[in-house]
Amino acid sequence: MISLYTRRKVSNHFWLIMSFLATVFGLFWLAWLLWTLLSHGLHAIHWTLFTQATPPPGSNGGLANAIVGSLAMTAVGMLIGTPVGILAGTFLSEFGRRSHLAAVIRFVSDILLSAPSIVIGVFVYTIIVLRTGHFSGWAGAVALALIAIPVVLRTTEDMMRLVPDSTREAAAALGAPQWKVVVLIVYRAARSGILTGILLAVARISGETAPLLFTALNNQFWSSGLDRPMANLPVVIFQFAMSPYDDWQHLAWAGALLITSGILIINIIARVIQGGGKRAHY
Amino acid sequence: MFENIKSSLPRKVPNMYIPPEPSQRKSSPVMNTPELNGQPVVESVAKISVRNLSFFYGRHQALHDITLDIPEKRVTAFIGPSGCGKSTLLRCYNRVYEMYPGHSATGEILIDGTNILARSMDLNRLRAKVGMVFQKPTPFPMSIYDNIAFGVRMHERLSRVEMNDRVEWALRKAALWDEVKDKLKDSGTALSGGQQQRLCIARGIAVKPEVLLLDEPASALDPISTLKIEELINELKSDYTIVIVTHNMQQAARISDYTAFLYLGKLIEYDDTNVIFTTPRHKETEDYITGRYG
Repeated sequence: MISLYTRRKVSNHFWLIMSFLATVFGLFWLAWLLWTLLSHGLHAIHWTLFTQATPPPGSNGGLANAIVGSLAMTAVGMLIGTPVGILAGTFLSEFGRRSHLAAVIRFVSDILLSAPSIVIGVFVYTIIVLRTGHFSGWAGAVALALIAIPVVLRTTEDMMRLVPDSTREAAAALGAPQWKVVVLIVYRAARSGILTGILLAVARISGETAPLLFTALNNQFWSSGLDRPMANLPVVIFQFAMSPYDDWQHLAWAGALLITSGILIINIIARVIQGGGKRAHY
Repeated sequence: MFENIKSSLPRKVPNMYIPPEPSQRKSSPVMNTPELNGQPVVESVAKISVRNLSFFYGRHQALHDITLDIPEKRVTAFIGPSGCGKSTLLRCYNRVYEMYPGHSATGEILIDGTNILARSMDLNRLRAKVGMVFQKPTPFPMSIYDNIAFGVRMHERLSRVEMNDRVEWALRKAALWDEVKDKLKDSGTALSGGQQQRLCIARGIAVKPEVLLLDEPASALDPISTLKIEELINELKSDYTIVIVTHNMQQAARISDYTAFLYLGKLIEYDDTNVIFTTPRHKETEDYITGRYG
């Protein structure tokens, strides 16, 4: 008869191997994806990508207008989404923690967080594009903001709740009113976590395609402002990759590589900030 | 074998507090001002007078009709087993419990004659007068200097020079100055546990309160840091009214002038520390201080 300890050892090894294989299975596809992206995208990367606008088929061009469009809409989207998300997260963590209103807000925010982004695109299309009569950068930015808000809200609340109540009590016991406890102590303690949430929201919205299809659409040329249809990387990639033209397809690969490396860099920065913050405070 | 041990115990261990008989109560009026042979032992003025205080965590009543006087510029210790309400009682003196919905107190707490439980009481003013140090050190995530200056800025507008003086004064008073004078810009969270706790005491003193509440200030510290905190308390009592909650009875005996024993949310006995530890009047007190339960 096999002893209890031998059986434990065997089953331990078995499950260790299974979990290792599962990890390899996941990483295999990721590595393949990155390899495909690099092998197709790298040779299409050229400095003209950043200086020239998207070309008509058969001529030279770059992605400059799409890059600028993406940056502009992401920036405006975050400018709208960050304050809303942080203030709402602050309310949930500090002021209405146990109230019914907070429970409702949390529930709605979770739905928004997992809502298909195309639904958000259609929604903004209905309330902005149809009303104004044309696609615009503003509409794109609003759609991106709606996606960013629940991400920022959730991380802000989670990070602020990690600050122990004893710290709040200590500040209150010194005679600090609640708003000063929040602004001077809790924000400071949760700073790196909140910043990480903002960066993750940037990473999330900078790759969104569906909401932009219905709002900013695309523009072959430089946009004069956010009130016109606006070029952006995800939609350009979508359009160019579907096209029968070789040079457009190359640009699509280059764009995909740009977005992926951008998001990768943002994620790494977020990791570093959060790791550093944890070591410094708690 | 166990039988032997049991029979060697002098008395039966009580499982719960049984209120004294009415006749017994008459002979020991205790409860508010400690008395010895008919003479009040508290010779100094009462700084804090608690009258019929009850406290509720939602529906659960944690304190029952507490009445006692805390003398000025003395150290008063609250002892008792876990959950007896000693920390709850302490937290009433600066109303820090109000941060949580559902926590409420009834009765009166008079500090210098003003009922601080009154609705009209300004909480921030109250807390300027009544400082508090908690069980676990709670340095803020900022520099040592700013940790001290934080509380001061809540109540006073000081010039740069005045603030420097105040920070140095508070750190000296908390016996921390020599250890941190060269690194005031360093984070307060980088200090050792004992240093962090003295930083918290310095932070409390810097606001220039009159009362200092200490909630098991040394329970998370090593013996040497504990000794430093105790020495500190001894020095501070000439200027401040100190109320300390402690689990450590030797500590209560060493540092306090008066001791109150609480059990199951009730004040059982309150007297001169020497009396409590040598000739307690109640059996529950005796059982607790001799380590038979708690």
